[in-house]
Amino acid sequence: MSMITLRDVSKTYGDFRVLSGCSTSVSKGEVVVVCGPSGSGKSTLIKTINGLEPIDSGNITVDGTAVSSPTTNLPLLRAKVGMVFQHFELFPHLNIRENLALAQIKVLKRPRDTALEKGAALLERVGLSAHAEKFPGQLSGGQQQRVAIARALAMDPIAMLFDEPTSALDPEMINEVLDVMVELARDGMTMMVVTHEMGFARKVANRVIFMDRGEIVEDADKNEFFGKPRSERAQQFLSKILVH
Amino acid sequence: MNYHWNWWIFFEPSLDGTNTYLTTLFWGLGWTAATAIVAFAIALVLGSIVGVARTAPIGWMQRAGTIFVEIFRNIPLLVQMFLWYFVLPEILPRDAGMWLKQLPNAQFYTAAVCLGFYHAARMAEVVRAGLLSLSRGQKMAGQALGLTLPQTYRYVLLPVAYRIVVPAITSEFLSCTKNTSVGIAIGLVELTGTARAMQENTFQVFEAFAAATVLYLALNMVIVFAMRAVEKSAVIPGLGNRVAGRGR
Repeated sequence: MSMITLRDVSKTYGDFRVLSGCSTSVSKGEVVVVCGPSGSGKSTLIKTINGLEPIDSGNITVDGTAVSSPTTNLPLLRAKVGMVFQHFELFPHLNIRENLALAQIKVLKRPRDTALEKGAALLERVGLSAHAEKFPGQLSGGQQQRVAIARALAMDPIAMLFDEPTSALDPEMINEVLDVMVELARDGMTMMVVTHEMGFARKVANRVIFMDRGEIVEDADKNEFFGKPRSERAQQFLSKILVH
Repeated sequence: MNYHWNWWIFFEPSLDGTNTYLTTLFWGLGWTAATAIVAFAIALVLGSIVGVARTAPIGWMQRAGTIFVEIFRNIPLLVQMFLWYFVLPEILPRDAGMWLKQLPNAQFYTAAVCLGFYHAARMAEVVRAGLLSLSRGQKMAGQALGLTLPQTYRYVLLPVAYRIVVPAITSEFLSCTKNTSVGIAIGLVELTGTARAMQENTFQVFEAFAAATVLYLALNMVIVFAMRAVEKSAVIPGLGNRVAGRGR
C-alpha cells in the first residue's frame, strides 16, 4: 500500500526549474533516503509532500488525500505527517514540555494533561526527560533535534519527513540524532529522509532516491544503489561522498 | 531680563475660582496620561492587526495594510488632528455628525483616536519588523504541525516577535505620550494646555512650563520603568540577547 505518491511533480521559481517531472512513491513502513548535490531540489521535494511548498503541476497524494486539491484541509493533513527540519525550529519562547504539547492541544484538541503525558513519554524515549523544563536555547543542537523529533511524534503521525536533520549539527552530535531515527525506522515508521548520511541509508533505508538539477535521476533499491548505480551522475556523487 | 519669579503662583486660585494652578496642572497631567493610555492601547491592537496583515501571504491584506500605514504615517499629526475634529463630523451623514459634535469630552475621544491611528501605523511597522526578523522555518514548523496560519501567528510567531521589539514598543509609547500635546490644537485641556492657560493668566511663563516639563518627564519615567519590567519578563531563557532564528 502506497502511503505517499508523487506523480510528475514540477515547480519553478521564476525561470529556475526546482523540480521537474518527479515521480515516486513510499509504501507503508518503508524508509526512503533522498540524496543529491546541494541545489538539486531534494529539500523542496520533501516540503511539497505536506504542502509547505506549493507545486505548479503534477499531483501528490498522502494516505489517499490529494495534497494540492483546493478542497483538502491542509492543516489536518499536515498534522498526520511529522516533519523535522534542518534547523530544528523548536519554539524558542516555550519550554520543552510546552513545545511538545502545543500542537497536540491546539490541533488534535487533546486535553492538556493527556498532551503533557504523551510529551513526557516521548521525551523519555529520546532520552531527554531531565530537560522538560528547559527552553530550546538551553539545549545543544543534538538535544534540540531529538526534541523536534519527539514533537513530531507526539502528533501520532502516519509518516515522518526529515529535511537534512543532521546537517546543522556538530559532528559529535550527529549520532545521537541518527540513533533515534534508526530506532524509529526499526519500529516500522514510514520515513522519507533527505540526508547525506550514507551510513544511515545503508543501515535502515529500503530505497535511495538520487536527485540532480530538480530531477529524480535514480530511484533504486538500497543494495542496488550502493552496489552499482545505473546513472553516471549518481556514480560520481557516490564516489565523492564515499571516498573518505 | 526683568522677570518677576513667583513660585507661590502654583498655590493661587486659578481662573476657574475653585482649583489652584497646581491642581489644574495635575488635571492636565491626568488627561495627558488618559489620552496616552487609550491612544497607545488603540495603537497596539490596531498596529498589530495591520502589521500582521502586511506579512500575511494574502495579497489584498498586504495592500490594505500598506495603504493604512502610508496614509497615517505620512500626514502630519497636527493635520490629522484637524481632519478628525473639524472635517470628519462634516463629511459624515448629518445625524452621525451631529452626534459627534455633541459628544461630551469630544476633544479627548478625538485626540485618543487620532493619536491611536497615527501610532498604529508606526506600531504596524514595528510588529512587521519583528515578524520579518524570524526565520521562515518557524512559520513552516508551526504549519507542519497542523496549526492553521492564524494559529501559527498567535502561538508561534507573534509571541517571539513581540519579545524582540519590546524596546521599539517602549519608544513608541513614549512618543505617543509626548504627542498628546498636539491635542491642545483641538482644545484638549491636557498638560501643555493647562500650562499655557496658567501662563496666559499669570504671565509666569517660566514657572508654568517648568512645571509642565517636570511632569512630562515624571510621566515618561514611569513608562520607562514599567516597560523595563515588561522587557525583563519577556526575556527568553537561553536566548539572551540573541534573536530567534538569526545567524543562519
